[in-house]
Amino acid sequence: MKALSIRNLTKTYANGNQALKGIDLSVEAGDFYALLGPNGAGKTTAIGIICSLVNKSGGDVEIFGHDIDKELEAAKACLGIVPQEINLNLWETVGNTVMNQAGYYGLSGKLRKERVEKYLRALRLWDRRDDAARSLSGGMKRRLMIARALVHEPRLLILDEPTAGVDIEIRRSMWDFLRDINEAGTTIILTTHYLEEAESLCRHIAIIDEGTIIEDARMSTVLRKLQREVFVLSLSEQLEEAPALSGFETRLRDDRELEVEKGLEADLNDLFEQLNARGIRVVSLRNKANRLEEMFMHLVENKGEAA
Amino acid sequence: MNIALNLVAAKTIIRKEMVRVMRIWIQTIVPPAITMTLYFIIFGNLIGRRIGVMDGFDYMQYIAPGLIMMSVITNSYGNVVSSFFGAKFGRHLEEMLVAPMSYATIIVGHVAGGVLRGLLVGALVTLVALFFTDLKVAHPFIMISIVLLSSIVFSLAGFINAVFARKFDDISIVPTFVLTPLTYLGGVFYSISMLPEFWQNVSKANPILYMVNAFRYGILGTSDISIGHAYTILLVFVVVLFSGCMFLMQRGIGIRE
Repeated sequence: MKALSIRNLTKTYANGNQALKGIDLSVEAGDFYALLGPNGAGKTTAIGIICSLVNKSGGDVEIFGHDIDKELEAAKACLGIVPQEINLNLWETVGNTVMNQAGYYGLSGKLRKERVEKYLRALRLWDRRDDAARSLSGGMKRRLMIARALVHEPRLLILDEPTAGVDIEIRRSMWDFLRDINEAGTTIILTTHYLEEAESLCRHIAIIDEGTIIEDARMSTVLRKLQREVFVLSLSEQLEEAPALSGFETRLRDDRELEVEKGLEADLNDLFEQLNARGIRVVSLRNKANRLEEMFMHLVENKGEAA
Repeated sequence: MNIALNLVAAKTIIRKEMVRVMRIWIQTIVPPAITMTLYFIIFGNLIGRRIGVMDGFDYMQYIAPGLIMMSVITNSYGNVVSSFFGAKFGRHLEEMLVAPMSYATIIVGHVAGGVLRGLLVGALVTLVALFFTDLKVAHPFIMISIVLLSSIVFSLAGFINAVFARKFDDISIVPTFVLTPLTYLGGVFYSISMLPEFWQNVSKANPILYMVNAFRYGILGTSDISIGHAYTILLVFVVVLFSGCMFLMQRGIGIRE
């Protein structure tokens, strides 16, 4: 079953800006899907069309089989949205914000109250339910928007940069929460500028640039395209110069840190054997840069050519 | 359309609107009560004593229905235009636009909110009026139906104003330059029979004249115009303005890119 199906979606704004140039996307039910792209690539326009906040110029959008042109209300009922910008009524209380949203989706009575409590507790906002939204911190406002989007328990949740501007601890707890609801069956589409976030959470990735999809594949497939990787090795003893290693390029970052660049075919066992032979002991090892970030930059710079 | 869902959604919007009115009661309820008290003291009591009788009623009694209607009209309009534009400006209108309720529900919910605030303020102004004069209702059904229809008409008009407004200045232009002059020239303070024939005919092009006079007929039993014309005009306005609101919402004018 497709959670989202987009065919030849186009959008041209009144000022002539062609934000989407005929994109196709297909998201399977239950997937955790990353939609990435540089600023102005068309991500937010695409999301705006999916949740009917932006009129499309052409193409078709179906949410769980409901065409937004023919069955808009049924399509909307399947969807929860967490927008990029804070769009809360800042004068409304936290509790009423979620309570009202539940009402807009037709929830009433005991079920409505239970859902409000469930999601405010899950997002750690229950104690603030009587406070006005304006009194919350930035991270709390983002969590409130997530609670608001989930209160009707949508089958498809779209999050447009949900962790922008929140600290690491809250970001990690939001990741755990999103993983849990995905495992419970909610399909999630995520846009983010933190590529580590996309790599950590998502199983599928689409990259959009200048209104065109330039990559759409499983995360593992995309990362396999990466031809080279750079590792930083922390050494137990000082080195004066970088050792020459067969099949690897090496350079010293400082006297206790060695940078090793390897091709896709080279394996790390061979690297460690060569280091052992030279009596060089490695204390720890890490990737120099986020792998997805390298892939993303390569794809955007080369407009989708294979890496 | 899922009727049960839309009923719950409409109730939610109305409740939200009432919470808003009560949260800012010092801006929504108190000012019209103070303004109308001043009208009653200055125009009704001080100046009115020198004017004497109008259409067989003392001046205070004569202007009371018009002042009640004026407060209903301005508060119905003001509630919808400020609430809906505020939601658009703050972008929390998106909460409603992404939900599976119909556009008619969004309109009806906001209009009902405007009507409730208009009637609440109207009731308060009526209480104030009863401090200054006696009011006996001559035709209760006409009084209630006219005030309801007028409130609906101006709530719908406020909705259209909010849809087109791009900045806060835009929501005060119509009340300042259209609504207030038409209200003052709509027979609140005088009978148009006092005017020369030409200006009587000009006044008859003002829809508020029909609302004020029909409402006055409901309370005092006297009117400058035909009550049938008043109902016709009000019903036509309700249909045309509601259709206009639906058209704007469906096309997304002013609310979707």
